[in-house]
Amino acid sequence: MKPRNAIITEVIHETPTITTLKMDLKLEALPGQFVMVWVRGLDEVPMALSHPDAITVQRVGEATNVLSGMQVGDSIGIRGPFGNGFELEGTRIMLIAGGVGGAPLLPLARLAYAKGLDMTTIVGARTGDELLFEQQFSQCGRVSVATDDGSKGYHGFVTELVNQFDLESFDQLYVCGPELMMKGVLDILQAQAIEARSQFSLHRYFKCGIGVCGACTIDPSGQRVCKDGPVFKGDMLIYSELGKYHRDATGKKIVQERFEDSL
Amino acid sequence: MARTDLSIELTGLALENPAILAAGVLGTTGSSLKRIADSGAGAVVTKSIGIEPKPGHPNPTMFKLGCGFLNAMGLPNPSYKEFRGELITAREGGVPVIASVFGAHPDEFSQIITGLDGADAYELNVSCPHASGYGAAVGTDPVLVTEITKAAKQAANAPVWVKLTPNVTDIVEIGEAAQKGGADAVVAINTVRGMAIDIHSGYPILGNRFGGLSGAAIHPVAVKCVYDLYQALDIPVIGVGGIANYQDVVEMMMAGACAVQIGSAVYDSINIFNEVTAGLARYLADNSMELDDIIGMAHRKVGR
Ligand SMILES: Cc1cc2nc3c(=O)[nH]c(=O)nc-3n(C[C@H](O)[C@H](O)[C@H](O)COP(=O)(O)OP(=O)(O)OC[C@H]3O[C@@H](n4cnc5c(N)ncnc54)[C@H](O)[C@@H]3O)c2cc1C
Ligand SMILES: Cc1cc2nc3c(=O)[nH]c(=O)nc-3n(C[C@H](O)[C@H](O)[C@H](O)COP(=O)(O)O)c2cc1C
Ligand code: FES
Repeated sequence: MKPRNAIITEVIHETPTITTLKMDLKLEALPGQFVMVWVRGLDEVPMALSHPDAITVQRVGEATNVLSGMQVGDSIGIRGPFGNGFELEGTRIMLIAGGVGGAPLLPLARLAYAKGLDMTTIVGARTGDELLFEQQFSQCGRVSVATDDGSKGYHGFVTELVNQFDLESFDQLYVCGPELMMKGVLDILQAQAIEARSQFSLHRYFKCGIGVCGACTIDPSGQRVCKDGPVFKGDMLIYSELGKYHRDATGKKIVQERFEDSL
Repeated sequence: MARTDLSIELTGLALENPAILAAGVLGTTGSSLKRIADSGAGAVVTKSIGIEPKPGHPNPTMFKLGCGFLNAMGLPNPSYKEFRGELITAREGGVPVIASVFGAHPDEFSQIITGLDGADAYELNVSCPHASGYGAAVGTDPVLVTEITKAAKQAANAPVWVKLTPNVTDIVEIGEAAQKGGADAVVAINTVRGMAIDIHSGYPILGNRFGGLSGAAIHPVAVKCVYDLYQALDIPVIGVGGIANYQDVVEMMMAGACAVQIGSAVYDSINIFNEVTAGLARYLADNSMELDDIIGMAHRKVGR
């Protein structure tokens, strides 16, 4: 499909670096599916749908900088929704959101709430004012907070807070956040042999977004993050490249930085 | 029931079936190529590899149209030095791995081929509109095509295929130039130049402004190119362009292709190779024919 025209109808500054753009397009999507967002004349980047009619953008570079500065009436191009989303399983679930990773998890929380599931969400960020959707998640279930600098909630990494829960008691765990946070959570789940009960939304460099070019494939399975993912089961990821390396736009392997640098 | 034999010998390589993954599609990594080998491809072609790492064009780099796909990837690749490891992994797939190579002049092709030792064959991409230096001229200048093919043949200790662009007045002239340079086979066709413009804003959609059309829209163009090349050349012709099912394979072979490549159709199904080979085997069995019977059949029907 060619990009559809979407006009920005509302701009919400969620945190100092994260902005939600509401659009005049409502997409029928599963929680965890993404769209390709075209900033005309500049770039096109993948973004989760945080609502059926909104994306939530963290400013990290050129395209996200322009998106973060958009005003009501500005327009972008939208292709999608693409990819496989999260699947709700069981009755007692945990959501683990690091940074902007809360964006694809919010529609899942809303769906789980509508279905009356018992839900615990862990929201983590570097500092208290960077916590995303804490209030929205708390409308759908219990919320625990972790910040690196201790300015709010638990003082430390999300993974340390996760470790304080009886994870066995959850039917399914849903995770999205910085790569090494996800790897940290996967390691914890694996140690308790419950990795098959988890779903992770991955981030890789996307070009086509539709499963043809091969830019986003992960080792060693050759699965495409854009089409076979972005959501993968934890047991699929155990022997994968997750947390070890990813590829840049050229296809070259980039070894993962340290945990602190990636959050 | 005995399975119809689809195995072929192509420029000295043994293929279990004639359905090959086309260059630039799911060919970024060794494990991706291996996955396609596991899904039934008779051979796989890597993405086109150059001298230096290249990030390619800005996005959008590819999208679907009603009639096919437009892409302008811009030859993203990590350089041949970085790609060596991927080639080794790809070969674990157990099918021939053809390294696609692009460059601006004969020396660059030689350097990459020498540096990417270990491929089962090399496919020279003299058909992409984005190569630096000679640019689009690389594959449209018959003298250059002969020189590049010669240089590649000297550098390679494996067969050399030359992939042709349809964006020329006469593709046969370029095919003959490749044959003259010693090519073991030609591959036709690469994408057909195209463009799309966003009517909401007036911006060209592709980051590169224009790009290449692939998929169903170019199938008739590819059939005609293969038909003409088969008639003029003595070396094998490999057909590519808009193949999405076994009927398309049969048609391409009737035009003269002894093998086919499939690119865009992985969009519909990653299992496309198994699907088309199963269909082809059934077709041949139902009609009591072998592969050789259909290759070039259209020429024999009309007596050339
Ligand atoms: C499935 C998926 C869903 C995503 N959802 C969100 C979301 O809801 N909110 C959000 O803020 N971010 C999301 N991202 C990340 C977002 O795509 C990048 O932050 C964005 O592309 C950065 O673009 P830039 O031009 O600002 O940065 P650049 O300066 O171009 O690059 C900075 C970094 O951003 C990443 N990046 C750049 N271009 C791409 C690309 N084409 N594909 C993937 N990564 C890229 C790379 O890691 C790069 O190192 C998602 C990514 C994926 C794969
Ligand atoms: C996303 C994409 C990337 C491509 N990259 C290359 C490439 O690197 N080298 C090349 O020779 N051809 C490349 N091609 C062209 C294909 O190999 C093929 O010739 C063309 O797409 C027609 O076949 P199809 O209709 O089956 O896709 C690319 C095509 C697509 C769609
Ligand atoms: S981005 Fe092209 S295959 Fe995933």
